[in-house]
Amino acid sequence: MSADARPSLGPGLDERVEDRFGRGLVDESFADVGDPLADLPDDLLVEVADAVRDTAIRDVLARLDEELVALHEVKRRVREVAALLLVDRMRRKIGLDSEPPTLHMSFTGNPGTGKTTVAQRMGEVLHKLGYLRKGHVVSVSRDDLVGQYVGHTAPKTREVLKRAMGGVLFIDEAYHIYRVDNERDYGQETVEMLLQMMENDRADLVVIMAGYKDKIDRFFSDVPGLSSRIGHHIDFPDYSSDELAQIARLMLDRQQYRFTPEAEEAFADYLARRMRQPRFANGRSVRNALDRLRMRHANRLWDAIDHDDATLSKGDLVTITADDIHASRVFDFAHDPETS
Amino acid sequence: MRITQGTFSYLDDLTDEQIAAQVQYGIDNGWAPQVEFTDDPHPRNVYWHIWGLPMFDLQDAAAVVHEVKRCREANPDHYIRVTIYDASRGRQTTALQFIVNRPAHEPGFGLDRQETHDRVIRYTLRSYAAQAPHGSRYDGEGPIGG
Repeated sequence: MSADARPSLGPGLDERVEDRFGRGLVDESFADVGDPLADLPDDLLVEVADAVRDTAIRDVLARLDEELVALHEVKRRVREVAALLLVDRMRRKIGLDSEPPTLHMSFTGNPGTGKTTVAQRMGEVLHKLGYLRKGHVVSVSRDDLVGQYVGHTAPKTREVLKRAMGGVLFIDEAYHIYRVDNERDYGQETVEMLLQMMENDRADLVVIMAGYKDKIDRFFSDVPGLSSRIGHHIDFPDYSSDELAQIARLMLDRQQYRFTPEAEEAFADYLARRMRQPRFANGRSVRNALDRLRMRHANRLWDAIDHDDATLSKGDLVTITADDIHASRVFDFAHDPETS
Repeated sequence: MRITQGTFSYLDDLTDEQIAAQVQYGIDNGWAPQVEFTDDPHPRNVYWHIWGLPMFDLQDAAAVVHEVKRCREANPDHYIRVTIYDASRGRQTTALQFIVNRPAHEPGFGLDRQETHDRVIRYTLRSYAAQAPHGSRYDGEGPIGG
């Protein structure tokens, strides 16, 4: 709508509200078609390129593919959701009706398998496709939702839900919200509000519940109606050692470090040992291991300066050697559960 | 008599989408919205009841529309307004304020003239609605806080 056609009514009032607060516009040339399903010929051609370009969805999916190692099942699901929303958008354009799909999800898997990262990307994808107006991710746990005394829970939960509107509400370890064994637990109230919001305000926010698979499954069986309101149950498998090595390489690249070929081997050895130890947390463990490696690397350089008064080359600053890795406690026999 | 006050007061009442668009403009500027209601329409009545809490750290206007709807449900025959505060000057300053709900019937105001000394006349604006006690004006039920 041009500004000359009528005087400005102020910010927000001049724009066509359906575009900002709806799911894409009906194209003007189809605006007065009464029943598009019956009235439009089946061989009518629809602009595809525009819709794909407008949403820049290819870039987002390509980045997802590039930056997340493995997780094929997860990527496939994200792609499916993206495809559905894109087709919805094109259908909307020629006036076909489409109900917004239910996009609440549950992410199950062990720690460090990329649930939070994928949730962030999901927000971005849904925003680019016009499903979410903002696409930000509000990450909460039981403490943020459940109150401590009677009458505290509902306002607290409502504040959080409001903050997440237009984006993704990511509930980590969702099963802690509700404790079956304690019927006076205030978590019940939170669950009820969540259920109501997930049903009635589907267009305003997407809820993603994350946690260990067995506990989430038990949570869903304890709270009838929750599982059926979640459209996508996505499982995050543990990474194989090759995939972990690939993750490490990606992380090193991003931080502008590199392994020597021997270090590469040593790190594979390190991963194999670390994976057998308790409390192994997939990607997160790799990140922590790299942080410690950088520390040892820095320490080694420091020692070199102290002892020989040597000059350092750029190569020294970016290269992590096998010795840095072998200094890890994981190689200590006393700490290896198989030999001790 | 239709009460006009705040921004857009001479336009038709805003639709929910338009309310959302206005609030979103405020949020995008980093301002904090708040919902208020009253059943005393006098123009000098500046302190309205607050509904819930002021809404800091919102990203999306849908949350405010959600609260407006809840407030309408609880106080259908009241004036409800959205006030959006700008804190960038170190104090909460009203940046934008508009009415989002009004009673179905607004009886308006009577003008009292008081004759005083030397033919001086003092004028007083008196709301017909406010002659009934607080809570039973506009045939509504009592006010319910958020």
